[in-house]
Amino acid sequence: MLLDLLNALVALTNFVIVPATAYGAQLALGALGVTLTVAVLRFTNVAHGDTMAFGTMVTILATWGLQALGITAGPLPTALLALPVGVAATAGLLLATDRLVYRFYRQQRASSAVLLIVSIGVMFVMNGLVRFIIGVDDQRFDDGTRFLVSARDFKAWSGLDEGLAIKTSQGITVLTAAVVMIALFWFLNRTRTGKSMRAFADNRDLALLSGIDPERVVAITWILVAALATIAGTLYGLDKSFKPFTYFQLLLPIFAAAIVGGLGSPVGAIAGGFIISFSEVALTYAWKKVLGYLLPLGLAPDGLAQLLGTEYKHAVSFIILVLVLLIKPTGLFKGTST
Amino acid sequence: MKSLLSASAVLALLAGTAQAEVKLGVLLGFTGPLESVAGPIASAAEMAIAEVSDSGKLLDGETVAPVRGDSTCIDASAATAAGERLVTSDGVAGIVGAMCSGATGAVLANVAIPNGVVMISPSATSPGLTTVEDNGLFFRTAPSDARQSVVMADILTERGLSEVAVTYTNNDYGKGLADSFGTAFEEAGGTVTISAPHDDGKGDYSAEVGALAAAGGEALVVAGYVDEGGSGIIQAALDTGAFDTFILPDGMVAPALTENFGDAIDGSFGQLPGSDSEGGGDFETLASAAGFDGAAVYAKEGYDAAALILLAMQAAGSADASDYKEKIIEVANEPGEKIYPGELAKALEILAEGGDIDYVGASDVELIGPGEASGRFREVEIEGGEITTVGYR
Repeated sequence: MLLDLLNALVALTNFVIVPATAYGAQLALGALGVTLTVAVLRFTNVAHGDTMAFGTMVTILATWGLQALGITAGPLPTALLALPVGVAATAGLLLATDRLVYRFYRQQRASSAVLLIVSIGVMFVMNGLVRFIIGVDDQRFDDGTRFLVSARDFKAWSGLDEGLAIKTSQGITVLTAAVVMIALFWFLNRTRTGKSMRAFADNRDLALLSGIDPERVVAITWILVAALATIAGTLYGLDKSFKPFTYFQLLLPIFAAAIVGGLGSPVGAIAGGFIISFSEVALTYAWKKVLGYLLPLGLAPDGLAQLLGTEYKHAVSFIILVLVLLIKPTGLFKGTST
Repeated sequence: MKSLLSASAVLALLAGTAQAEVKLGVLLGFTGPLESVAGPIASAAEMAIAEVSDSGKLLDGETVAPVRGDSTCIDASAATAAGERLVTSDGVAGIVGAMCSGATGAVLANVAIPNGVVMISPSATSPGLTTVEDNGLFFRTAPSDARQSVVMADILTERGLSEVAVTYTNNDYGKGLADSFGTAFEEAGGTVTISAPHDDGKGDYSAEVGALAAAGGEALVVAGYVDEGGSGIIQAALDTGAFDTFILPDGMVAPALTENFGDAIDGSFGQLPGSDSEGGGDFETLASAAGFDGAAVYAKEGYDAAALILLAMQAAGSADASDYKEKIIEVANEPGEKIYPGELAKALEILAEGGDIDYVGASDVELIGPGEASGRFREVEIEGGEITTVGYR
C-alpha cells in the first residue's frame, strides 16, 4: 500500500509537478517583464515575446563564441555565462527602440491603446531581425550535465516502478527564477531607484513634481525588462529549444499569466505564471496511472481519466482568463484593469 | 472597347502560340512548412520533362515545358489559385502535384475536376484521397498512408510489440495516418492505448507526454514531422523517462532525427517509402549529374509522376487529358517492356510503334486501386545514433 502511494506520488511529480513548476517559472519571468511595462510605461508590450527571442538569440551566439574559445561552465550550461552579453545587447536594443519609437508617443501623451498598436509594429521588426540573424530553425544550445536525477537512476535507487527525472535546466530555471524574483522585489521595495519607479507608476504627475527624472525611470524599466526577457527566454530555450516562432507563440500564455495575476502587480505575475502552467498540465493529464495506484484494485479506471484532451491545453489558460476577467477584472492581485 | 477587343485578340494569339508546345504544371509547396522538400521533387519532375522534350519523340516531335506553381502545403486557397492559373492562363496539359494532402484535395476538387485536367501527386499520402471522387483524373506515385499503416502494424507485430501509444501532428496527414494505423494495428491484434494529437510549433510538450505516459504502452508511435513537434515530443518523452522506444513513420525519418538525439533513441525503428530497385540507383546517378539530390524524399516519385503523364500522352497519341487519363495505369503496370529512369526516349519509341511498356521508373511504380502506388517501404532502425536500413517491404 505504501509502495503504491509512493509510486503514485512519483508519477505525479514526474509528469505534472516538475514540468509545470519549470514551465510556470518561465512564464512568471516573462509575465514579470510584461507587468513591469504595464505598471511603469502604461502600455501592453506585444513585442515582449520577440524581445525574449532577441535576448536568447544573442545569448546563443555568445554561447557559441565561448564554446569556440573552449570556455564552458562545467556541469552547468555555458549559456549562463553568456547571459550578461544577451542582457546587455537586449537592453541596448530596447533603449534604442524607446529613443526611436516609444519616446515620441510618450511625449505626445498617446493613449495606451496607441502604444499597444505601436508595439505590434516593433514586434514585427524584432521578429524579422531575429529571423534575419539566426534563421527560423530550431537551435539547441544546452550543454553540461543533462540531468540532476535521471529516470533510470531513480528507479534503480528507489526500487519503485515509476521513474523521476529532473533536468539540470529545470533545476536552474526554478533556482534562477527565485533569485531574480527576490532581487527584483528587493530592488523595487528597498532601493531609491526602485521606489522612484513605483512612485512613477502610482502617480506620474506627482512623481514629476517631486523631482523624479522620468527618462531615467523609463530607461531603468527597459533595462529591467531586457534582463527579465533575456533570462526567461534563455531558460525556456535551455529547457526546450530555441525557435523564433515558438517564442512568438509564448506571448499568449505569458499575457494570460500577467492578466490573471493582475496587470501591473509583480506578485500577481508570478502567481499567474504558476496558475496557468499547473492548470494546463494538470487538467489535461491522464490520471489513469495515478488513480490505478491509489484506488483499490477493482475501482481503478479502465479509461484514461483525462478531463480534457491535450490539444485543449491553450483553451484552459483562456478559460481561466475569461473567468478571472468576468469575476475580478483587475486580476487576482489587484492590478490595473485593462 | 476597341482596345479591349484588340487586347483579347492578342491574348487569343498568345494562347494560340502557347498550344504549339505541351506544358506541364509542377505544382508543389515551394513556400511553407515543407519548402525544403519541394526543391528536389521539382528538379526531378523537370528532369523527366527535359528528357522527353529533348528526345523529340513525343507526339511527333512536340516539345514539353514545365510551369511551376506554388501550392504552399497549408493554404488551400493559395493552392487553388495557383492551380487555376496553371490551367486557365498557362494552359497546362497535366499537373505534377500537389504536394501536401490538404492542398492536393483542394486543387483536385476546385481546379482539376472542373477543368478536366490530370493530376499526379508525388507526395500526397492521406488515405482520404483514395476514395475521393476524381473522374479518373487523380493518381499518385506516393503510396497511401493506409498502406504505410499496414506495413507499420506488421513491423510491430513481428517485433512482438502489442501495446503502443500514438501521438500525431494535428493535421490531415497526422490524423489520417494515426487513424488508419489504429485500425490496422487492432486488426493485427494489437492495442492502441491512446491516440492523442500534438500541435506543431509549440515549445512545451510536457502535458502531451504526461497523458501519453499515463496511458502507457511498450513504445510510442510519433506520426509527426521531425522539424516540428515530433522532435519536441521525443525530447520530452526521453527527459521524463516515459518512453525510450519510438516508432517513426516517414515524416520522422530524416538526418535531423539523429542530429537531435544521437544514440539516445537506439532501438527505435520505422519505415518510409523507398525501394531497392535498380531504377532508384540509376535515378540518383542521373540526379547528381543534373545537380540535385536524388535520394531526397519523394524526388523519385516526382520524376515518375512527370514521366507517367508524358508516356500516357504518347500512348494515347494526344495531349488531351480526357484521352490520355485512361492510359496512365496501362503504361505504369505490366505487361510490357520494363522502363527505367533515363530510358524515356526508348519508351516513347515503343509506344509510338504501338508496343506495350511497364514503367518501373525510379520508385518501382506499380499503380493499384484507383491509381495510387502500391508502395514499397524501407524499414529502418536506429543503431548507434545512425539510421540503418533493415530491409524492404
